[in-house]
Amino acid sequence: MATPKVCGIETEYGILLSGAEVDPITASSLIVSAYKDSSWAFASFDASHETPSRDARGVNLDDYLDPVIDSKMINTVLSNGSRYYVDHAHPEYSSPECATIRDAVLFDVAGEFILRESMNKANERLPQGVRIDLYKNNSDGKGNSYGCHENYLVDRQLPFAKLAAFITTHFVTRQVFCGSGKVGHETPTGVVDQSGFQISQRSDFFEELVGLETTMKRPIVNTRDEPHCDAQKYRRLHVIVGDANMSQFATYLKLGSTALVLSMIEDGVFPQHLLIAHPVHAIKQISRDVTMSEQVLMADGSRMTALAIQSELCAAVRGYVESSAYCGLTNDEALDVLLNWEQTLLDLSTQPQSLVKKIDWIAKLQLIDGTRKRHSLSDSDSRLKAIDLMYHSLDPKVCLATKLNLMNMFDEKAIADAAQQPPDTTRAFFRGRVVDKWFDHIVNANWDSIVFDVANRPLQKVYMNEPLKGTRELTESIINSSTSVDELLALLGQQDLPSSTL
Amino acid sequence: MGERVFKQHEQERHGTTDTEAEIQPRDHDPIKSDLDSILDQIDEVLEENAEEFVRSYVQKGGQ
Repeated sequence: MATPKVCGIETEYGILLSGAEVDPITASSLIVSAYKDSSWAFASFDASHETPSRDARGVNLDDYLDPVIDSKMINTVLSNGSRYYVDHAHPEYSSPECATIRDAVLFDVAGEFILRESMNKANERLPQGVRIDLYKNNSDGKGNSYGCHENYLVDRQLPFAKLAAFITTHFVTRQVFCGSGKVGHETPTGVVDQSGFQISQRSDFFEELVGLETTMKRPIVNTRDEPHCDAQKYRRLHVIVGDANMSQFATYLKLGSTALVLSMIEDGVFPQHLLIAHPVHAIKQISRDVTMSEQVLMADGSRMTALAIQSELCAAVRGYVESSAYCGLTNDEALDVLLNWEQTLLDLSTQPQSLVKKIDWIAKLQLIDGTRKRHSLSDSDSRLKAIDLMYHSLDPKVCLATKLNLMNMFDEKAIADAAQQPPDTTRAFFRGRVVDKWFDHIVNANWDSIVFDVANRPLQKVYMNEPLKGTRELTESIINSSTSVDELLALLGQQDLPSSTL
Repeated sequence: MGERVFKQHEQERHGTTDTEAEIQPRDHDPIKSDLDSILDQIDEVLEENAEEFVRSYVQKGGQ
């Protein structure tokens, strides 16, 4: 049976400082600390036990590589259970782990809210004429890319090689609905061509099929084996191949479709004829064909369009969902994802223009095409690339995605609430609530533990190995009725909940 | 890096956009009308600044 598809998204935001010469690491620190210094609760994040170099294929490169994350940089856990920090010269928001796709979208959008608040607060403090702007995109158009990574809980029993082989088909073709669109073509070493439009921001940057890297020679399937929970039971599939979406609908379809394909693979179902012969080539081929008519070579020698591959994959998922007792999501949510996935694929093949409020690359392309035709611009005119960048701005006065009034799933209040309050149905609830209530007694926190400093006692570490425990249902009354950390720890014991299974 | 690219035009725009939108005749196709209005706003912002903005948008590679 499929593992519950607990998931979340971590996003590195583009950062642009104007009016002064400041390195991007310092500028990113200004952004994160502007939020940290406000009245919201936070605790330090402990990255000392992270092992981003542990490989799902069994090799550990930690002895050979410097840690990716500099723990001296600003690194916090917020009261909504998220992690907010500086990574690789970008401010990064990692959403709390969520048990539903809808929650995962909401908490990704809450990240935009948090970054926007940070940007506004930082700019209030900067001298006149100096300003920081943030962008939720993945490329500067000059060969530099930064990631939007999804994470999904999967069964440790599933052989990784099988998972990688099958999920590749979805990773290569799903861009037709979750690509964010880009002007120009790049390689990781620079610009190839500043003209032309492609479906995905990220596809240019994938050079390998499977691997551990995230910053160079990026693989379509990343092998980082760092579950942040019970490693005997689970993997956390770390997905680096996606674009950051401005469209909430696109994020919903990206997460929902991927969760269901993963569950199907876990349950031993995958249509073998959908394996692609040369995925690293195909991911770029599909990205560069906005007509979606080009056929890619399949492993069995046949040729299929990305839309045909997606349609057959989606049909297989429908068959799987309807015939299985549990598909990793609630039945209602799985059916909602399927309905939207099916309708979107149909619209993409028959009337793509009808998706201008839902699909980022189609929304962006209409602005690019509209401006190009209006002024008879050449394909390489800077105005077209500027539109590409402005689409992703976090400044609502500049952001073209905002001006287009894309279809929203959540109102402003729900988003503002999610910036402060954790999701109810994962361990993020416990993390967020104790950070909110006892941040001054927390030495540090990370995804699977929290260390409390209690007077006259050694440091107390609470383990959270199960992503689906520590929920509102299991812990709210304990948290609410405790007037001190001592009481909290005592009550956790009385509940007969060994701390390791919270 | 230079002055903030959009600053001046933003201020100009804020004074006028809402009024302009109100007095524009309604197009029969709301999507097209939306699009034209956004293209107008893009024109205001990008006339002079696009090249500088695109040049200044340089990022360190991340993950």
